[in-house]
Amino acid sequence: MTDIRINPTFSAQAEAGFGDYVALLKPRVMSLVVFTALAGLLVAPVSLHPFEAAVAVLFIALGGGASGALNMWWDSDIDAVMKRTQGRPVPAGRVAPGEALAIGLALSGISCVMLALATNVLAGALLAFTIFFYAVVYTIWLKRSTPQNIVIGGAAGAFPPMIGWAAATGSVGLEAVLMFMLIFVWTPPHFWSLALFMNADYEKAGVPMLTVTHGKRVTRNHILAYTLALVPFSLGLGLTAIGGPIYMAAAVVLNLAFVVGAWAIWRRDEAAAEADRHRIEKKVFGFSLLYLFLHFGALLAEAGLKPWGLGGW
Amino acid sequence: MTIRATHELHQRRFSRNLGLGLVLVAFIAIMFGLTVVKVTRGGSMQGYDHVVRPELLPADGAPAAPAGGN
Repeated sequence: MTDIRINPTFSAQAEAGFGDYVALLKPRVMSLVVFTALAGLLVAPVSLHPFEAAVAVLFIALGGGASGALNMWWDSDIDAVMKRTQGRPVPAGRVAPGEALAIGLALSGISCVMLALATNVLAGALLAFTIFFYAVVYTIWLKRSTPQNIVIGGAAGAFPPMIGWAAATGSVGLEAVLMFMLIFVWTPPHFWSLALFMNADYEKAGVPMLTVTHGKRVTRNHILAYTLALVPFSLGLGLTAIGGPIYMAAAVVLNLAFVVGAWAIWRRDEAAAEADRHRIEKKVFGFSLLYLFLHFGALLAEAGLKPWGLGGW
Repeated sequence: MTIRATHELHQRRFSRNLGLGLVLVAFIAIMFGLTVVKVTRGGSMQGYDHVVRPELLPADGAPAAPAGGN
């Protein structure tokens, strides 16, 4: 009897390193989840023990990572076609699809149970629903069947601040709903401004992005409409208990700039956009990231200044 | 194929094993930390030996005190 076994089909190229499993969890998406979940948790009127708060954010992020792994399992066929995603561990052959599925399911279970144990059952249940929504409703069902995929799928990215809030308070209040709506309505103009200059990939993979199915004119109209629809949610959040003058000032300036950008996108046609290599679309896409970051940054500033009697109304 | 002690393959396996080991250690630390936090902030937790403590019983009309934990 011997310990040595030879596998003739074995390929050293297919052996994954630890970094490949980390990449499976989409760390860049996780960083946004961490930031918004932390903001939702810190602006809540009930404060958790710092260790409980850190654990809550960690497992919310892990839940987000788990849904990323499930997304990579299901989408490995189209990831292999798109240039932007060809290097991902599954299409590159370093992690087997079944392995991605197993990791996604295991981490989903661990993250939801641990969040429920560390904070409360509502937070754990909301995280479970978010993973289900992203993996099943968005990835498996809507992504390949409707050009409105990004609108409904955006809900999954909007849940983390609500989960953070629920982790701290054990309930879902108006503030949590408005934070959800802020990200939910922000997602379409953010993503479609990217799709205006990146749609070749989606076309190749057969993903029904609005730019592919309805054309860029319709996409430009939608960007303006959603940016205008975003304004009341952004300003409305400023009128709640977690808002204040700092947030309101930031929200007014940011919304004005975003609407001006969306207007500039709406005004021009494809010929003008191609002439300057989508300069405005790229600028608006970059600004949209700043828009969201500064909104939650302002909310954190209001919460951070409250102990000194400065934050809030 | 020549067998070398530190083939690139071994490095990848080592990174996987080391990573998994660190994740498990971190998980243990998290569980331990959570336990400490829950126990120290758990309020009245004198029921471990199944002995009735009259001072823990709710006053007339008052809701029962939670057993601790969340």
